[in-house]
Amino acid sequence: MLVDLALPVNKVRITNDQIKRYSGQINLKKISITGQKKIIDSKILIIGLGGLGTPALTYLARSGVGFFGIADPDKVSISNLHRQILYDQKDLKKSKAEVSKKKILLTNPKIKIKIFKSKITKNNIDKIAKDYDVILDGTDSFISKLTISDYCKKNKKILICSAINKFLGHLFVFNFKEKQKKSPCLRCFMPKAPSNDNNDCESEGIVGSIAGVMGVLMCNETIKEILNFKESLCGKILIIDLEKTTFRTINLHKNCPNHL
Amino acid sequence: MEIQLNGKAYPLDKECNIDDFLTKLSIDKTKVAIELNKSVVPKDKYSVTKLANKDVVEIVTFIGGG
Repeated sequence: MLVDLALPVNKVRITNDQIKRYSGQINLKKISITGQKKIIDSKILIIGLGGLGTPALTYLARSGVGFFGIADPDKVSISNLHRQILYDQKDLKKSKAEVSKKKILLTNPKIKIKIFKSKITKNNIDKIAKDYDVILDGTDSFISKLTISDYCKKNKKILICSAINKFLGHLFVFNFKEKQKKSPCLRCFMPKAPSNDNNDCESEGIVGSIAGVMGVLMCNETIKEILNFKESLCGKILIIDLEKTTFRTINLHKNCPNHL
Repeated sequence: MEIQLNGKAYPLDKECNIDDFLTKLSIDKTKVAIELNKSVVPKDKYSVTKLANKDVVEIVTFIGGG
C-alpha cells in the first residue's frame, strides 16, 4: 500500500523507543514529534548502492525512515571498499543489496527493507518504484539517470539525484509531487545522455570523501523534502569541488520539451 | 570585451553566441551545460544567447558516477 507523505500525522504511531532513539532530531523545532512521525512513515527507494547510495541509506535509516526499497544488481568488489561504506572485506563477491539490508538491520531491526537485484530500465522501473514516494538516484549511468528522472516526472515522485567524478559532485532535487515548486527535470540540465556513458568511478578516478559528502547531502535533502522545508534545493543545482573546497548553487529552470 | 570563464578573465574579440563560443573552444556541447550569470542556459537557446561584456560563464561538464 502506498503511504502518502501527506498522511495525517495523528494517524502515525510513535513508540517510546522511537522517541528516545530520535530525541536528537525531535528536539529540533523544525522536526519535532510531528516531523519525526513523517520520517518514520516515509517510503524511500534508493537506486544504486555504491558510493552515493550506501551513505545515503545509512543516514536515512538512522534518521528513522521506516520503509526502504534498495536496488542494485552488482556484487561487492575490493575496489568498492574505499568509498562504499556499508561493505567490508568479508562481503566481497556478495550481493550489494543483500549485504546492505543486513547491515542496516543491525542499526534498527524494525526497519522494513525490500531488495531488488535488477538493473533499472524503462521496462521494469514502474514495478520497482511505484510504491515509493521519494526516489534517490545513486546510479552510475547517464541513461539510468534520465530513465529515473523521466519516470519520477511522469509519476509525480520526489527525486533526489546526485553524480560524482574525481573531486566533483552534483546534487539535484526534483520535487514533481508539489506542483507549486515548478520543478525542472534532469533533462533541463542534460537533454540527452552523452555518448560516453561510461562512468566507471575507478578508472576515471574518485576520492572516497566526495561520495560520502554527496551521499549524506542526499539524505539531508530527502528529509527536507519529506518535511516540506521552505528552503529547498528544488530549482537549483549544488556543485561541490572538494579539490578547491568550493560549494556553489546555480539556477535550473524548466526548459526542456518534456515540460511543454 | 571580457567575460569571466570558469573563474578567470577571458578576452573576447567580438560578440558571439554560445554555440560559436563552444566551437571556438573545441568543446562538444553534448557533454556540457553552460551556466551564464548563475543560471543554466537551455541547449536550444545556445544559438541565440549572446555573451556580453562582464558575463560570468561556467562550463559544467556532465558527470555520471555513483
